[in-house]
Amino acid sequence: MEVNKSIFVQKHNVTTQDLETYLSEALSRGGDYADLYFEYRINHSIVLEEQIIKSATKSVNLGVGVRVISGEKTGYAYSDDLTREHVIKAARTAAFIANSASSGGTIQIPTPLSQHRNLYSIPTFPAELEVAQKIALLEEADQAARAYDARIKQVQASYIDETKHVLIVTSEGKASWDIQPLVRINVMCIAEENGKRQSGYQGGGGRRSLDIFTENLAPKALARESARQAILQFRAQDAPAGPMEVVLGPGWPGILLHEAIGHGLEADFNRKKTSAFTGLVGQKVASDLCTVVDDGTIPFRRGSLNMDDEGNPTHQTVLIEKGVLQGYLQDRLSSKLMNSPLTGNGRRQGYDHIPMPRMTNTFMMSGESAPEDIIKSVKKGLYAVHFGGGQVDITSGKFVFSASEAYLIEDGHVTAPVKGATLIGDGPTVLRQVTAVGNDLKLDQGVGICGKDGQTIPVSVGLPTIKIREITVGGTEK
Amino acid sequence: MSDLQSIAQHAIERAKKSGATAADAMIREDDTFSVTVRMGEVETLKEAISRSLMVRVFIGKRTATSHSSDLSDAIVDQLVDETVEMARLTSEDQSGGLPAEAVLREGSLPDLNLIDRSWDSLTPEQRINLASQTEAAALSTDKLITNSDGASFEYARSRVALANTIGFAGKYEGTGAVLVCVPIAQSKEGMQRDHWLSAARHRHGLGAPEDIGKKAATRAIRRLGARKIRTCQVPVVFDPLCSRSLLNHLFEAVSGSAIYRRSSFLIDQIGEEVASSVVSVIDDARMPAGLGSVPFDDEGVPTQATAIIENGVLRNYLQSAYTARKLGSKPTGNGSRSASGVVTIGPTNFYLKSGPYTPEDIIGSVKRGMYIVELIGFGVNTVTGDYSRGAVGIWIEDGKLTHPVHEVTIAGNLREMLKNIEMVGSDVTFVGSIAAPTLKISNMVVSGE
Repeated sequence: MEVNKSIFVQKHNVTTQDLETYLSEALSRGGDYADLYFEYRINHSIVLEEQIIKSATKSVNLGVGVRVISGEKTGYAYSDDLTREHVIKAARTAAFIANSASSGGTIQIPTPLSQHRNLYSIPTFPAELEVAQKIALLEEADQAARAYDARIKQVQASYIDETKHVLIVTSEGKASWDIQPLVRINVMCIAEENGKRQSGYQGGGGRRSLDIFTENLAPKALARESARQAILQFRAQDAPAGPMEVVLGPGWPGILLHEAIGHGLEADFNRKKTSAFTGLVGQKVASDLCTVVDDGTIPFRRGSLNMDDEGNPTHQTVLIEKGVLQGYLQDRLSSKLMNSPLTGNGRRQGYDHIPMPRMTNTFMMSGESAPEDIIKSVKKGLYAVHFGGGQVDITSGKFVFSASEAYLIEDGHVTAPVKGATLIGDGPTVLRQVTAVGNDLKLDQGVGICGKDGQTIPVSVGLPTIKIREITVGGTEK
Repeated sequence: MSDLQSIAQHAIERAKKSGATAADAMIREDDTFSVTVRMGEVETLKEAISRSLMVRVFIGKRTATSHSSDLSDAIVDQLVDETVEMARLTSEDQSGGLPAEAVLREGSLPDLNLIDRSWDSLTPEQRINLASQTEAAALSTDKLITNSDGASFEYARSRVALANTIGFAGKYEGTGAVLVCVPIAQSKEGMQRDHWLSAARHRHGLGAPEDIGKKAATRAIRRLGARKIRTCQVPVVFDPLCSRSLLNHLFEAVSGSAIYRRSSFLIDQIGEEVASSVVSVIDDARMPAGLGSVPFDDEGVPTQATAIIENGVLRNYLQSAYTARKLGSKPTGNGSRSASGVVTIGPTNFYLKSGPYTPEDIIGSVKRGMYIVELIGFGVNTVTGDYSRGAVGIWIEDGKLTHPVHEVTIAGNLREMLKNIEMVGSDVTFVGSIAAPTLKISNMVVSGE
């Protein structure tokens, strides 16, 4: 597509000459590299609660971030005003990080701009759709949840969409653009029985338009699942406390990988030698059954991107192959300093944030075992199928993830549901305890939000059914 | 650039013109500076001025909201018009509407001492130095400190203006800074990271770089050689930053929005004993120079001090205009606008009042137990109170701290945890709008080996 088709040119009068000027200003004190990140982001949200449409919201974010790199140093400034004087001021502020007197010289921006490919080709962006269509989805969810069981007393269904235009221009003469759609529906249910209350939650979505909300992502399917989880909890016993054998179900339990190894393999922590995984490339960190990848190229997935937030194409990156650690997730800064190839993992929350290495869609490849056989092989253990959030201490390697739907396994059979409990383990060693990997890889339904250094971004995770020989379960029942 | 108040005024007038029966608009302007120094060198330096407009319109009892970072007249007009259109598509909500006029006492807003203009006299080099000195202090504390995730100095000056169509027009501004240090200690058993920080609105309130760096280093070093322990049921002592996370859960449970949704373990319990008698919690928006202090909330309601728990008895929930109407109560000045402009409930200075004991007294009272220094994960269910989180701590034997512990969880239920608070420390530590002192809980399950 031609440069003049970009929204920043059409709507905001940014010219190729402007881009060259801004980059020259950014390098006016001698930085090694500079880039501009233009962003125009529109979000809509609608909330249904107590059977009425309580609120509708539109949010518009427009701005440009200017980054200057000098050695290991990063200078950053941004402006939510795209007029020339403001962007030049931001460029000069970012330039301050470098302190040699030399000038950056002239920079040539190529036209046309490149767009590498399209992983989310859709006819209509969610921002352009009628509010009434979105409201109908929420009403469907509300009715389905209430119809599921009379004990469902509260339903909160929300719809969120995002349409994000980005234009990234670098002092190396690269310019690329993208339009990134993202939609999601969440359904939260509160059930009441004999004065006791329980909650259930389910959500789903991806980088697509409203046509994504069919089959298991249909509002009524999400609602029933949310209601089912709330009702199930009335029967839940206290969760066990202590180490035990654990079987994780397929899909969202992949949050294990995200916390246990994903963050620890982000290049910045390894470049600075602050990760528990520092120096472990080439070593065995998991059982032979484990192959783990981060893949930003899966069409329509929540964690997918045509290009990362530094303008580089996303990849499929093998992190662990048959148990052996292969490498790290790179952004531009770390890849240069570590002399390692780019992996397309430089991501940021928005124009007001500095990019850093982040995950996209992170999952374990399917193995050979039938899921039922894995469960049959456990004498006494925990079967965890649905999770809330997780967190990791990169440096010590200790991570947690919290089960919100789990059952006891007794003599090879899934028996009583147990209350939510946090599981805690050690990232560099937990995957060595994987003793079976199912043939049923599933990605999550599109709800992942990953936080790092105060920046949140959408991600996805996936897992086949796996068995872990021993992990500590944080219940109350000794 | 037009003045913030006139942009807010313009937005609500535009809303009326396009058919809104009522509207309010809030504008924030943040002038921010942050620097991170790592291993003695500047790693990142970031600076910007950003603005955002949040508009809420009503057509009778229907409402819609919007947010924009682009404040040019044409964009604001178009967005306000669209917001009014969206409001036509939402439902009638009997509890909707601006806070009643009676609640908006015009005029004498209190001076809460939120601004310190002397920050302006700090040059960028001096600001960078604050971070450098902090990190240097950590690195020089002990040779066990071998690495660092850096030290950061962050400063913001924020201005807020709010106007509505029933006559409220107010503004305030404040300054604030944070100095934080994240050193890494290493021994043959592995690496451990910890941090310490100080936050203040005024320069004199910010901790000395040397103290912050040394304390952070000491905290990292004491975690070296951490090991698992056997699963047990013991008393636990929370350090002030961990106690703060407990107060965060309590805040969520007393928010009017959780109460009307019946999604809190504290519904229907006003006047009842929900905590041990040594526990008193308050939300005090008028604390001079408080990190969470504001003269009026994000709906223009004057703020106040609200007793949450007095000697163990639950007194009040925190309310916005909407939740107050839903629950037949009064707004408490805790209306808070999220980034998208929707009004939710926010804390001001929400803290557990200090008690008589030093942290040493409290640790000294424990025969066998754990002193918790970090909690990770999200295993807290506010609906049921069920609690299960990853923990790092130091084992207590005969009233003395012995060896560090990690890869364990602590679990219980918030209902019982509040009732089992046995001792309250005198060391309330404010690093944000929620704060607490050292606390001892008589009994929790620690899950380990």
